[in-house]
Amino acid sequence: MTDHNQQTNINKPVVGKLLLLVAMMFGFGYALVPLYDVFCEVTGLNGKTGDQVNLTSAPVVDGSRLVRVTFLASLNESMPWEFKPQQSFIEVYPGKPTTINYIAKNKSKESIIGQAVPSVAPGLAAAYFQKTECFCFTQQELKPGEEKLMPVTFIVDSELPQHMNEVILSYTFFTSTENNQVSQPEVALSLNQDHKL
Amino acid sequence: MNAVVEEHHDHDHKPTGIGRWLFSTNHKDIGSMYLWFAFTMFFVGGALALIIRAELFQPGMQIVEPEFFNQLTTLHGLIMVFGVIMPAFVGLANWQLPMMIGAPDMALPRMNNWSFWLLPAAFGLLLASLAMSIMGMGSAPNFGWTFYAPLSTTYGPDSTDYFIFSVHLMGISSVMGAINVVATIMNMRAPGMSYMKMPIFVWTWFITAYLLIAVMPVLAGVVTMMLTDRHFGTSFFDAAGGGDPVMFQHIFWFFGHPEVYIMILPAFGIISQIVPTFSRKPLFGYSSMVYATASIAFLSFIVWAHHMFTTGMPVAGELFFMYSTMLIAVPTGVKVFNWISTMWRGALTFETPMLFAIAFIFLFTMGGFTGLMLCIVPADFQYHDTYFVVAHFHYVLVTGAAFSIMAAVYYWLPKWTGNMYDETLGKWHFWLTCISANVLFFPMHFVGLAGMPRRIPDYALQFAEFNQIASIGAFVFGFSQLIFLYLVIKCVRGGKKATSEVWEGAQGLEFELPSPAPFHSYTTPPEVK
Repeated sequence: MTDHNQQTNINKPVVGKLLLLVAMMFGFGYALVPLYDVFCEVTGLNGKTGDQVNLTSAPVVDGSRLVRVTFLASLNESMPWEFKPQQSFIEVYPGKPTTINYIAKNKSKESIIGQAVPSVAPGLAAAYFQKTECFCFTQQELKPGEEKLMPVTFIVDSELPQHMNEVILSYTFFTSTENNQVSQPEVALSLNQDHKL
Repeated sequence: MNAVVEEHHDHDHKPTGIGRWLFSTNHKDIGSMYLWFAFTMFFVGGALALIIRAELFQPGMQIVEPEFFNQLTTLHGLIMVFGVIMPAFVGLANWQLPMMIGAPDMALPRMNNWSFWLLPAAFGLLLASLAMSIMGMGSAPNFGWTFYAPLSTTYGPDSTDYFIFSVHLMGISSVMGAINVVATIMNMRAPGMSYMKMPIFVWTWFITAYLLIAVMPVLAGVVTMMLTDRHFGTSFFDAAGGGDPVMFQHIFWFFGHPEVYIMILPAFGIISQIVPTFSRKPLFGYSSMVYATASIAFLSFIVWAHHMFTTGMPVAGELFFMYSTMLIAVPTGVKVFNWISTMWRGALTFETPMLFAIAFIFLFTMGGFTGLMLCIVPADFQYHDTYFVVAHFHYVLVTGAAFSIMAAVYYWLPKWTGNMYDETLGKWHFWLTCISANVLFFPMHFVGLAGMPRRIPDYALQFAEFNQIASIGAFVFGFSQLIFLYLVIKCVRGGKKATSEVWEGAQGLEFELPSPAPFHSYTTPPEVK
């Protein structure tokens, strides 16, 4: 009897601690999700661009070199839109705000809400690519047959390393809601904040 | 209460019939069930592999549809990893740990029962999806054992949910088994057995148990994310909702790389028990073995992205993961040199366990070298997702982990059954297995380097000869295992009586117990000097 109880007593703390470790590691698996986003944002790995940038002072323009910015557009397979940049590339001075347009057209017979997800290549350039305005900050709704200009204003930071003379900006449009659902600004806003587009 | 205690003290009492197995709390009975379960799954997973090799015997489509081929590769991988190698090692731990540390049983016998009986449920679910696929009711999981999103989320078949719950059950089972191992080793060692006097098999399992406790919950987390992505509107891996499919690979391989060491560290322990016995010398470099095992376990947490070099990682990341991966070769090399030094000038004999152990050392090292080739980033871009990778991990898992399990069974079977196994049949099994495994897996290096992709049911004409050789090897390998099955059954039923020492000069507490080992191992703890 006493043997049995002693055995149970010395096992309990070990099992308790190990179960706690199990719970922590399960939590850690989930913690990897925000950690991954933060890591990508801080380092600019993975080509994830940051949030909307508010300029407090006029940026320094580096007039000594030109950087070529190439624009790509793609659609998720279930997206019945047409989506393309108005120009395939532009050459800019680092530090100078530039606005270009993408054009999106809804080819289906239903209203569709879309969400564009940006990506910058090479990945390390993402940290130097700032957007002051972008159609990707909110969800976009297009009525059947509607065509819309989608502007994006960006600045290539003048700190961009010298060896990078070309940056590629690409957007993929996804259907973000069920097709007939009405756009809700709060949803768009919270999505934007939650996922650091 | 008193009545229960009375019954508990009645040591030789055990339920008879099916109840003995269903309600068992005995480490030997549970160990045997784990081993038979793994053996059964070995034939199931092997049968799937043989269908794959039959399809690949010739270019073009012969036997199965491409969709079904994908299900075969997926289930073959899942069954062999989670249903064969892992349960077999847990079975060996159950049988051996109490005997090797001088304990009567495992620390948590009831949990032990539960962790075994979850496994048939888990694999019942998984195999049900295959059965339904064969009967034409939808598809079994078809996204590879690595179940990358979005293949397993957006595009996963309905049976993916069977797979998810099956993985949950396997995870709970492994975690409970691991907790039991840690509690047993920490609390049940014989008086005088300090940590640095534990047999190496006990040490490697101690570290493996911690790896299991650390990463199985991460696996449970990732399949839960898949589940909520599929059904509850989350977007962990869906770019449309702000998620990232590449993140799936990071989380999966954060589990996945320690997982491959979970499948090899106990094997290192087994080889470190067998080689000294048949060299008639103590193990060379005991403490360096312990430290090497611990370093490998630590490094396994910081190398995961070497599985993902082609996902577009920046150069800095690739270099980090390349160098940290290369670093693992150092402690592993320490182990290989220690085994060779143990054999050096030993009085060697070559019984079947020793043959498997030597084959392990040689062939596992080859698998390790191809691993080093794969970790070199510029080379990996060519090798990635080719048969070279298939050759690499079959060398470390079949001629590595599976050979070590066979070696362990031959080594301890006389202790378990009280009978010597048939040495002639054992030699036949070894030579057929060893030669056919190389005929099977070695040509895969060549077709892989030449560019044949993995997980594809058809291939270009120039790969035909090597694939035919591999398929012939596969069938010889598969049917050779029937010799093993026959040998084990024959040994359980009778044979020449084994002494308590079993092998001349064998060291260790398990060889001080009579053969067959009594139902409760050490009812009074032995004194370890």
